[in-house]
Amino acid sequence: MNNDLILLGHGSGGRLSHQLLDELIIPQLSSVPVKGQNDAALLNIGGVKLAFSTDSYVVDPIFFPGGNIGDLAINGTVNDLAMMGARPLCLSVGFILEEGFSKEELSRILASMRQAADAAGVAIVTGDTKVVPKGKGDRIFINTSGIGALEHNLQIDGASAHVGDKIIVNGCIGDHGIAVLSAREGLEIDSGIKSDSAALNGLVTGLLTLGPALHVLRDPTRGGVATTLKEIALQSGVTVTLNEESLPINPGVKGVCAILGLDPLYVANEGKLLALVAPERADEALEIMRRHPLGKDAAVIGEVTETSAGKVQMETLVGGMRGVEMLAGEQLPRIC
Amino acid sequence: MNYSDVFREKELVQGLARRIAELTRGRTEPLVFMEVCGTHTNAIYQFGLRSLLPPEVRLISGPGCPVCVTPNSYLDRAIALCRLPDVVIASFGDMLRVPGSSSSLMEERAKGADIRVVYSPLDAVQLAAKHPEKRVVFLGVGFETTAPTIAGSILAAKAQGLTNYFVLASHKTMPQPMAILSADPELQVDGYICPAHVSAIIGADAYRFLCEEYKVPCVVTGFEPTDVLQGVEMLVRQAIAGESKVEIQYSRVVRWEGNAKAQAMLADVFTPFDAPWRGIGVLPGSGLRIADKYAEFDAELAIPVQVEELKEHKGCLCGEILKGKVSPFDCPLFGGKCTPESPVGACMVSSEGTCAAAYKYGR
Repeated sequence: MNNDLILLGHGSGGRLSHQLLDELIIPQLSSVPVKGQNDAALLNIGGVKLAFSTDSYVVDPIFFPGGNIGDLAINGTVNDLAMMGARPLCLSVGFILEEGFSKEELSRILASMRQAADAAGVAIVTGDTKVVPKGKGDRIFINTSGIGALEHNLQIDGASAHVGDKIIVNGCIGDHGIAVLSAREGLEIDSGIKSDSAALNGLVTGLLTLGPALHVLRDPTRGGVATTLKEIALQSGVTVTLNEESLPINPGVKGVCAILGLDPLYVANEGKLLALVAPERADEALEIMRRHPLGKDAAVIGEVTETSAGKVQMETLVGGMRGVEMLAGEQLPRIC
Repeated sequence: MNYSDVFREKELVQGLARRIAELTRGRTEPLVFMEVCGTHTNAIYQFGLRSLLPPEVRLISGPGCPVCVTPNSYLDRAIALCRLPDVVIASFGDMLRVPGSSSSLMEERAKGADIRVVYSPLDAVQLAAKHPEKRVVFLGVGFETTAPTIAGSILAAKAQGLTNYFVLASHKTMPQPMAILSADPELQVDGYICPAHVSAIIGADAYRFLCEEYKVPCVVTGFEPTDVLQGVEMLVRQAIAGESKVEIQYSRVVRWEGNAKAQAMLADVFTPFDAPWRGIGVLPGSGLRIADKYAEFDAELAIPVQVEELKEHKGCLCGEILKGKVSPFDCPLFGGKCTPESPVGACMVSSEGTCAAAYKYGR
């Protein structure tokens, strides 16, 4: 087989994306070996601790139930900063527009970007706009980068999972991926599912009060909950055991997944986080989440059961046990 | 509780598993049942059903994943077609990653070929109607479950007077490979978990000759966890009693005579032929090609193209795996050279493939 080409699967957030990063991108761009990848870089500039992150948005269609490419671009980068426990401060925005794109649509996108930034309490402070000839882009692509302030000394990253930790999710999984998919041309399904696109920094502020009992925060975007947990398991060298019965999933998401043969564990989220919390503070973490509007369906979905080379398994609905692997190939391209 | 949850009730499932354990306790030789259909393979892995069964019952996977049994030669032709400038390939998603002799459709798409994933062959007909300047070729792969919808697409294209819609047909039909497997002395199968939705079309009567000629129990079984375990229990009871008959566990969908309307459509649009199965070989009367009266829709006849020389992948055990003779874990390529990202064999590609299911759920 020819391995010289970039395939859509390289953008899936799953195993192929990891390969591309590990084998090509990181070795050429980073002088420091990267041990485990987190959602943002942590910088110490003259004693000031900052988190820095960037993300590009190519979602198709650009408008979908529950949001559009604009609020997604704000929330996504805000969430990447928040997952390091940082307080998001400001963002840059870069637009790549295709010749012929409608100003009315751009204006709607800008309005929702503004609204999302205000809701998250971040300022958009710099930006750039480029236009490419018709047919050389697809209407609009957006890049956002963000800076956040780290105002604590906690160790919150993917390598900090401990045996015994409870795994908590702040609500139903798979909504974003299914909302986008339902809006796609040729597949118009009236699932009633809306994207969960939302800024999670407010929720994280609450969770930070747990102090050192808060071990890992991750937003399960592309690749879904399964891929994110596998990454954490590998980074921390532990086994994560999920309980399928306790996974909060909207009936509409279950239905669409059943029809299309998708697994909700691999479907993207844009307003969900996974928190790994020491068992003695797990109830409290759950309470903090449930008090927040973005966490009212929060649930404990599993725990870290032992040290290992990095394994995820799941007790199924019917009491069987099975392995859970990272997303392979592309489940749904261009989901964010 | 919704309709599907009823069939996933933990207590029911575990009760069935206990009954199977009681029935088989103390056996020295395990009972070996083959699930023929890829959807069963996936369900068994997805729900972790093997972990609930006693060691006296072994489930092995058979040749019922349509993507997996599609031979290299078919992929090579599809790849040759997609390289023609005015051809659009429309396909179910799984086919894109299946390796041909030297490329795959996904790779061709990255190089610029126009390849669309559709969820229904009727979408491909629409595509053809919308783009009269293109020739749209739908990859018609699957068993009797999907074949009627593809027959329907040909009828729809004819009714619309379309001259730019084609099907590259490689349909397979079910009972024949089961007869070949039953006759194989190396393979001891004590019963078949017969396909659910294929049987809804062909009817449970289609398996009677297997029971009569090969003395092997057959139970047409649904895809939910309670279905599968109840089907296994019915097979266990037959095997212990020394019986071999066809039973329908999936009675909420499957009838003895099947779906007459779908059968009539298949008989109208397709003709049985000796189809090549990946890893198994050419089986007499085991496939459906487009009937002569619809020849203008047959991509193989209507769009002549130079197909590259066939190369089989060395070391790949897909053939043996499809026959249920070895498990994916016995294949030297499994998980190393052959992964879902860069599959060597087709069993690693489709979500219904035995190797893909074993890789995703089984390790």
